[in-house]
Amino acid sequence: MTAQEWVFVVLAAIGALAAFRLVTTTNVVHGALYLVVTLAMVGGAYLLLAAEFVAWVQVLIYVGAIVILFLFGLMLTKAPIGRAALDNQQRGVAFVIGVLMLGGLVYLIQAAFPWDAGERIAPVAGSGSTGAVGESLFRGYVLPFEAVSFLLLAALIGAIVLSRKDDRPR
Amino acid sequence: MIRLPLALFFSAILFSAGVYGVLARRNAVLVLMSIELMLNAVNVNLVAFAQRLRDLNGQIFALFVIAVAAAEVGIGLAIVILIYRNRETINVDEVNLLKW
Repeated sequence: MTAQEWVFVVLAAIGALAAFRLVTTTNVVHGALYLVVTLAMVGGAYLLLAAEFVAWVQVLIYVGAIVILFLFGLMLTKAPIGRAALDNQQRGVAFVIGVLMLGGLVYLIQAAFPWDAGERIAPVAGSGSTGAVGESLFRGYVLPFEAVSFLLLAALIGAIVLSRKDDRPR
Repeated sequence: MIRLPLALFFSAILFSAGVYGVLARRNAVLVLMSIELMLNAVNVNLVAFAQRLRDLNGQIFALFVIAVAAAEVGIGLAIVILIYRNRETINVDEVNLLKW
């Protein structure tokens, strides 16, 4: 194992632990903070994989914006504390399904990319830089880019319309 | 140099945690957070394979996924707040008007 792999393992372990705590915690605000940790660790993983631009987008949009949205959502709704208030009765079944899914995925990954085969990611320096990504984005994906910007506009208007107070007399 | 299975295992753990969260939680905001976990797992895979294959398309797909996730969270939280305003609860198992 190289030094990069050790750093990746540490980041992944912290991220996985925070993800596990996120889905088991009994306090929703703690859940949002665990989400921050997981997202930041995923961003660190992107940096290790030399995908700089995606890493900074992750930090800006996920850690910066989406978590704040979640915290606003928690603030505007009543968030009870306790396992019975946050989990439903299917917890046992859900746990079994989660473990089965993890086992299945690990088996598939082992079968497709055996650990001993040593298939490695050797990122080229600058392969994830803003310039490279931007050039590729606006060379091959202009129409999807415009579609996504339109989707964001529609979501913006939709969110305003949905959450606005309805002042019409009934 | 990072082994490819390492990134894939990380992604598998995040995805499984997200699946568990979606199935086991009854607070709608926590369900949305678990969905974000699953989307992040997909993004890790996309970026890992993009760097493995030296192909930028995977990173661009990851960027699109992030943008769509942002839109989804905005709309999702607006719906959650609307449900809370009408029903005084955001437990997804109590919102069953359309359930067969």
